[in-house]
Amino acid sequence: MKVLMTEYLRIDLDTENWECRVCEHVVGSARGNYKEGLLAYKRDPADIHPSIIDPDKYKFTFCPDKDWVSIYEFYCPSCGTQMEVEYTFPGHEPLFDMEVDVDALKEQWSHREEILEPVTGPNVLVDRTHGHNH
Amino acid sequence: MNNQVNAETELQDQELIQKFLKDTTLFLGPDPEIMRDHSIMPRTEKEEECMGKYTDLNQISSIRDRLQSACEEGFEMVEQMGAAPGAKWGDIITGIYSASGDLTIGSAGGVLIFSALVHHPIKFIIKNWIEEKTVGVREGDGFIHNDSRYGNVHNTDQSMILPVFHEGKLICWVASTVHEGENGAIEPGGMPSMAETSFDEGLKMSPFKVVENYEIKKDILTFLQNSVREPKLQYEDMKVKLFACMRLEKRIKEVFETDGPDALTACLRYTNESVVTEVRRRISEWPDMTVRTHVIMDSTLRENALIKMNLTLKKKGDRLIFDFAGTSPEITNRAINTQLPGMKGMVGQAFMNHIWPDLPRGQAGLSPVEFETVPGTIVDCSYAAPNSQSLMSIFQSFTVAQHATAKMLYSCPEKYTRVLAPWHNMINTFIWGGVNQHGETLGNLCADLNGMGGGARMDRDGEHALSPIFATMADIGEQEMNEEEVPFLQLVSKKMTMNTQAPGKYRGGMGYTQIAATKDSDQWGFMTTCVGSKTPSIQGLFGGYAAGTIPLCKISDVDVYDVLLKEPERFKHSIPELMNEEPFENACYSTHHLGLGFDISKRGELYMISQGSGGGYGDPLERDPSLVIMDIEESLISADWAKKLYKVVFDDETLAVDEEATKQLRADYREQRKKQGVPYAEFVKAHVKDTPPENIPFYGSWNGENDSVYCGSVNDKRDAQSPGPIYMTHPKDVRISELEAELEAVRKQAGIPSQDTRK
Ligand SMILES: [Zn+2]
Repeated sequence: MKVLMTEYLRIDLDTENWECRVCEHVVGSARGNYKEGLLAYKRDPADIHPSIIDPDKYKFTFCPDKDWVSIYEFYCPSCGTQMEVEYTFPGHEPLFDMEVDVDALKEQWSHREEILEPVTGPNVLVDRTHGHNH
Repeated sequence: MNNQVNAETELQDQELIQKFLKDTTLFLGPDPEIMRDHSIMPRTEKEEECMGKYTDLNQISSIRDRLQSACEEGFEMVEQMGAAPGAKWGDIITGIYSASGDLTIGSAGGVLIFSALVHHPIKFIIKNWIEEKTVGVREGDGFIHNDSRYGNVHNTDQSMILPVFHEGKLICWVASTVHEGENGAIEPGGMPSMAETSFDEGLKMSPFKVVENYEIKKDILTFLQNSVREPKLQYEDMKVKLFACMRLEKRIKEVFETDGPDALTACLRYTNESVVTEVRRRISEWPDMTVRTHVIMDSTLRENALIKMNLTLKKKGDRLIFDFAGTSPEITNRAINTQLPGMKGMVGQAFMNHIWPDLPRGQAGLSPVEFETVPGTIVDCSYAAPNSQSLMSIFQSFTVAQHATAKMLYSCPEKYTRVLAPWHNMINTFIWGGVNQHGETLGNLCADLNGMGGGARMDRDGEHALSPIFATMADIGEQEMNEEEVPFLQLVSKKMTMNTQAPGKYRGGMGYTQIAATKDSDQWGFMTTCVGSKTPSIQGLFGGYAAGTIPLCKISDVDVYDVLLKEPERFKHSIPELMNEEPFENACYSTHHLGLGFDISKRGELYMISQGSGGGYGDPLERDPSLVIMDIEESLISADWAKKLYKVVFDDETLAVDEEATKQLRADYREQRKKQGVPYAEFVKAHVKDTPPENIPFYGSWNGENDSVYCGSVNDKRDAQSPGPIYMTHPKDVRISELEAELEAVRKQAGIPSQDTRK
């Protein structure tokens, strides 16, 4: 059975591995840090957040200061999907963000049906037949 | 026999000592026993008895519904009649509390964080004033409170608290809270960023009696009015809150008549206990795991610094633990610290807004959740440290809670809302004050703060300028109505700020530009109080990005109203046009971080900011090209920037998407990622450092070693369990030293001796 853990990652309870949901690539042991099986890249903030006002004239421009913040991107080494982005202090180690108790997960899902598509939760439907008549 | 006598004597001695201590207490400060406990009180004998007597769930449910609509009625009254801008726009709550002081039912709208806070002052009243012969708690009494150290977000919020009696017996409490604004602090508007001690924060009301026989005591009222800049507002809103509480009391007394007071007591207790049970059940459904996250605060509002908000969220079985180890120590002379209950309340708000919005708005929802903090840190500050800008840190605690819980929620088969990326978390608005065009002294803020961009959801984009993180339903107000009371215009407003979105498969909801200029007063000024001008203040989710940063832009030495009269074509309607084209001759154009201290403005000078965007969700390469085009059509993003971010190929004229070319461009870009990305270990070796950046003041733990914290310098590393105080130098003194050093260097170079070299 496989458990969908994030938009791009799932855990195969039988093999106890993290897997890419886009290309089926086995990322690494589900007991470890999935980021260790990914490719990482330090992104220049200016690539994502443009200076809306002229950086030659002004100190604060809507673009983050790259000496103050780093953006780490993590890609699936097989399909190149960007699985995670981390905004962090320059020089800080990437976070071990999801440390899963695999044994507990197995026990929890032994009582559940496998889910193949992520559950989104209830839809809020607007009933336009009654009520406000602005 | 002897043992029994000894035990009895010992008990009597203990009681005597207790009584002695109580009678000789010189100061009833904030009580840690009350302030550090956010869970519901133990079931009392009376509650036990009532619950045994009333077991019909239909009756319980019907009483609960009546109480809920009473709370909505009270909310509506305050919103309609309140004088404070905060009241008009929903920064309020009304609620019903059990006899022990637990909030059981709160109004569905408004600022839900209050629901996790106002029980503290009620418990203080119960513990100290009921038996106190100089105070007492009687029918018709009302108590006021605002001091955050006795349970509040910040001192700008004032509560009115009334006990409800039946035949002389205290059955429950009702309370109404409003973000009033003015409170007589060193800066107008109630949230001074300049406060360096708790004594700079204005009015500090521990819970005390201001109402007897349902009437406000005039002597105390006059004192309070003299303590704030808006005396009329102080009176009006005390009255409004009192009448809302009296209406709640009336509705409760109707329940006494139909069902009896014991049925109401049973209803309150049953509601809280069943919410606790349900919350435990829901937590059990989450996977057992540990999630780690952090966000960056880039400012104290006085100076820029890197301040860490660190969260380790641990879930095991039905326990959920928010561990803030590694978070920055308190900055003892800066206003951005928070009292522990404020932080907890904000985390509670994350649950009520975005995780379990279906649960009753009460204290029970957060009751089973556990918190681990170190006293003396920015999320659990000392009583001496100012906290008037606690929003800066509690909003960050909201964000780490939201970010971490999303990673636990994704796999759950049963959800109550969408998994979503963090909401924008700063109050990008103008706080203002001075003398208005009618000669009245005012101090408050623009409700644009209520339009924070929503986080992108797992199946759709975030909503623009939707709601603040501290309320699900709050209004941004009508600018034209404000302008009747304030002497400035928002020359540009409600126009989305282009190219500020947080990209992702689904993008964050964006914010709008606000350009304000004073017109009809010589005594008027603005301040802004946000972090996030150098570093983004949120995170994205699952491959989505955060939003960028937001500066404050100013144009001074210009009267834009003159320009509008004589050469209206010179005026531009966006920040980039005004700042890049510099259309006004001889004007001074400048940028600043968003911690602007109260700044007296001259007629026609421009103050320009933007609301922020919520976080993005998922890989931007997966964004539906038609959504990218729609954003271009709506001027949310420019065509060239959209191409760069989302790798979409389209015709510049018609905006028609070339699907095949887009597919190819995206496939190529995935290949490029595989080339530019390096294996994790190699990445760590290349980029990770053993210590924080040397030339930037950093506060908090480094690389997950949470046993110690840095306090502003790589050479100042302290024990995380007792970091001690941190005092920052006044930014003007810092600047003076810099200039003196420069002057000395120039003197040396020019061979001019210093005028006075004596030590
Ligand atoms: Zn893949």
